[in-house]
Amino acid sequence: MIRHIAIALSGLIFAIGLGVSQMTRPEKVLGFLDIFGNWDPSLAFVMGGAVLVYTISYPLISKRHRPLFAPRFYLPTRKDIDKRLVIGGALFGIGWGLAGFCPGPALTTASGGLTSALIFVPAMLVGILVADRFFAPKTA
Amino acid sequence: MVVEFTPISAALGGIIIGLAATLLLATEGRIAGISGILAGLFKGGSDKLGALPWQAFFVAGMVGGGILLRFLAPELVATDVQLSAAWLIPAGLIVGVGTRVGNGCTSGHGVCGLSRFSARSLVATLSFMAAAMITVFITRTLAVGAFG
Repeated sequence: MIRHIAIALSGLIFAIGLGVSQMTRPEKVLGFLDIFGNWDPSLAFVMGGAVLVYTISYPLISKRHRPLFAPRFYLPTRKDIDKRLVIGGALFGIGWGLAGFCPGPALTTASGGLTSALIFVPAMLVGILVADRFFAPKTA
Repeated sequence: MVVEFTPISAALGGIIIGLAATLLLATEGRIAGISGILAGLFKGGSDKLGALPWQAFFVAGMVGGGILLRFLAPELVATDVQLSAAWLIPAGLIVGVGTRVGNGCTSGHGVCGLSRFSARSLVATLSFMAAAMITVFITRTLAVGAFG
């Protein structure tokens, strides 16, 4: 039970952080991406704040024997840089730039009842399913 | 679109996001990458906690957070940007496909990956940032989408 609560609490705090930072407002996101227009650098501070905290906490926690509740850490091990990484990133960036929603904020604002996000999120989930079904690497 | 520079609330929100990712790492040893967590909901092989995959609890928490925001700060889950379904649906599909092909999004690569000094995440982050900025430049120049 404690595991369920801790995971859900992480998700809840994550969503609140997105709200406080205003990542939940697509116009704010588009203002950040609009570097040649009326640029709003605020979201660089979101990334900065999050990276600052995690840069400190990650090495302290990940060098421990195991996490508090799970039997082991589940951390990415891949180091190779392939075409998929660049192309996938670029595709995601195009979609992000079109609507101002990345996955976390889209899910959060859809839960908050924002109509645009309620349209965006199902499409995004279909995209996730399609990619995992048809574009997954053959070796995985 | 009225945009206002808000460095303090932005940094504070970022710190809260970093703490949330820290809590998930410390308790479950998992990376808080939202696209990967969403994808994990649909994977048969996901580790389960009881009847549900562990990802379901994180998503439930995020949904709870969204509902909470609606009551505490409704302006944060509203928007001035009006986009049609014909615009939002392709955008959503591309985001979904792109995050899976590229193995992550702003949270997994951008926040957690950069903090771990992952070269993969740096490449992915540069790729999606550049593509997003170019996309916004083009849509703004053509006066379409959010800029129309």
